Amino acid sequence: MTTHPATATAAASELRLMEGSAAIAESAILAGCRFFAGYPMSPFTALLENMARALPAAGGVCVNCESEIEGANMVLGAASTGARAATGSCGQGIALMQETIAEAALNETPLVVFNMARNQQDYFQATRGGGWGDYRTIALAPKDVPEAVEHTQLLFHLADHYRVPTLLYGDPLIAQTRVGVRLRRLEFGDLPPKDWALDGTRGGTGRSRQTWTWAMGKANNPGPGPDGQWKRIAAKFDEIAQTEQRGEQRYTEDADTVVVAFGSAAKFVEYVVDELRAEGHRIGWFRPITLWPFPAAALAEATRGARRVLVFELNAGQMIDDVRQYVHDRSTVQFIGGVSISDTGLAYGALLDAPEVRARILAALPATASTGGTNGTGGTGGTNAERSL
Amino acid sequence: MTTSPDLTIVPTERAPESGHRKVADFQPSLLLGEHSMCSGCGEPVVLRILLETLQELGIVERSIGVVGHGCYGGFVTIMDVDVLQCLHGRAPSCATGIKRMRPDTAVFTIQGDGDMVSEGLQEVLHTAARGENVTAILLNNGVFGDTGGQQTAATVLGQRTKTSVEGRDPRTHGYPIPIADIIARLDGVGFVARAAVGTPGGVLQAKRMIRAAFESQLAGEGFSLVEVLTMCPTGWFISAPQGPGYMTESLEQAYPLGELRPRPGAGAVAGAGGKE
Amino acid sequence: MASGTLVIDVERCKGCELCVAACPPGVLTMSVEVNAMGYPYPRLHPGCTGCTACQLVCPDYVFEVYRADRDTTRRPAGAAAPTAPAEPPGGAG
Repeated sequence: MTTHPATATAAASELRLMEGSAAIAESAILAGCRFFAGYPMSPFTALLENMARALPAAGGVCVNCESEIEGANMVLGAASTGARAATGSCGQGIALMQETIAEAALNETPLVVFNMARNQQDYFQATRGGGWGDYRTIALAPKDVPEAVEHTQLLFHLADHYRVPTLLYGDPLIAQTRVGVRLRRLEFGDLPPKDWALDGTRGGTGRSRQTWTWAMGKANNPGPGPDGQWKRIAAKFDEIAQTEQRGEQRYTEDADTVVVAFGSAAKFVEYVVDELRAEGHRIGWFRPITLWPFPAAALAEATRGARRVLVFELNAGQMIDDVRQYVHDRSTVQFIGGVSISDTGLAYGALLDAPEVRARILAALPATASTGGTNGTGGTGGTNAERSL
Repeated sequence: MTTSPDLTIVPTERAPESGHRKVADFQPSLLLGEHSMCSGCGEPVVLRILLETLQELGIVERSIGVVGHGCYGGFVTIMDVDVLQCLHGRAPSCATGIKRMRPDTAVFTIQGDGDMVSEGLQEVLHTAARGENVTAILLNNGVFGDTGGQQTAATVLGQRTKTSVEGRDPRTHGYPIPIADIIARLDGVGFVARAAVGTPGGVLQAKRMIRAAFESQLAGEGFSLVEVLTMCPTGWFISAPQGPGYMTESLEQAYPLGELRPRPGAGAVAGAGGKE
Repeated sequence: MASGTLVIDVERCKGCELCVAACPPGVLTMSVEVNAMGYPYPRLHPGCTGCTACQLVCPDYVFEVYRADRDTTRRPAGAAAPTAPAEPPGGAG
């Protein structure tokens, strides 16, 4: 089930060759984002620069703040007035924002966080969160720039719909690759009015507003308090977990082997699995689009008949925890990914390469299937790390 | 010849029926309920003069407060004003986001010294340097009252707290940060002043300063800060009646009162130095 | 003769005594009795000028302050002063 299907409001614009960061910035502005704050850190910096260039012309405000904590709190303040507001960084900077993201979840302030990550090592951060309390973060992992453009607008919609912080899991390929994109405003359905937004107008009326994680209310109109507030929010996240799962799969109906990957890695897996299918392998792929809520039911169904579920991710094994949790038979799950970092430390290493992915998959298949690829563990850093798709 | 004071008790249960006019209310109408501060606490005095100022300036229906974490956090429930209760130290940044999106509102923070000078030092300095048109109100009693009385970055030398039991010693506890004096030096600042609410004159001075700060914000002059020294008998291990005297002997020695940065174009004020 | 008077909400008082120290004519003393919270509270004696010093310093919003209306019309030299308002009744509060 896909909730909030997108409909384009304007005629599709022309196809433009754009760097991912520029396309995401314009998409956010099309979504109505009017406040952005960020602190430079690769590969997020280009998104900040694009917002600094484009947002004022759209009547918005972009602040190059002096720390990620500042930026996240500026965004929380801006969003508390009802504005669509966003911040971002890579994983290291998102780490600093954890308290604020939790705060937004627990005082119900919608905002969007762009993790333009350096690699896939922030999966735990994105899905478990490092903030305080019982909260979750809706996290979308686009596989390429066109999907990132759509996810950007969807994230603002979901944030407003549920009054939660949401997160885009990007990476260097999405940030820096130039591809052809069509930018247009997408609509995802009606939203309730933001009568909770702080604008000062209820001052002195006896009905003044407050935004507070403890939700004590005002002395003449007490609120539910932290117990009531946090129980209700926990129930809200349970509802989101049921209704907002998104995933995609191909060739899984008769697959012996299903490869699971997210983000850019999924695009490489798709390419390689297409090849292997054409060569006669009964192999399919599955990718979560929402990292949280993980598309558990779809994964279970997609892997029902598989003898092996191969998890390919560029880290020491993070998404694999979720895969093991949701497949019918944990013993089918194998890790074929690994840590793989470029020499600069800022991008993927040699493992994110179609021949490497192919070798890893074949190494896991029964002996009749493969050539090449012996030891499938342990990525090597090295040259030729950055390739465009 | 000395005369004994007349200790006849004057009835004070009801307002006089005639021949008098009221010159001071119990409290502003913006207060929705009772606060729960300690006996002799200075913070409710600041709350009162802040709310009076909003009413007198006629800006209640476009004011947005950003309240930090401390004993004063409870003020959120009794202020009839739109309020964001934010993370410890982060009020200036939240206020920035609010003001940038709602530039026609009057945005203010309420923060203690632990909130602003310890946890939130970066936030307030950058907000001031950027000249964000918000007003920060610092309740400075030199102690983390809400958590039971520990040392903050504003605790003065010799002040006893639960983490400087023998008195703050610079060799082990370092020195206090006079935040208002530092901020007063930054470009981007419209008005900075410091008052103390232990005496009636001090309270009037504080209220004048708070009004000037809001006027500075409304005129777009930049960041404004009023640091108000407030009594904390509980955190100072003294009795309530001793509060103002202790404050004069300790905090006021480290933090001189007055206008530290007058509004642009203001004439010279005695002891403060004017700007052309 | 007092030119001011107060309404004192004794149940709000927390006995901090800041009003006593602040009062310029020194016409406030603390009671021996305590209110429902267990605090002594201020009592007013003759001589209040309605200056509002007590209301300014009080953290618990205990005071409402009144000033007597004054006759400010000029009068010819030698003419009698207007009749003074009646003295407030004495006796225990």
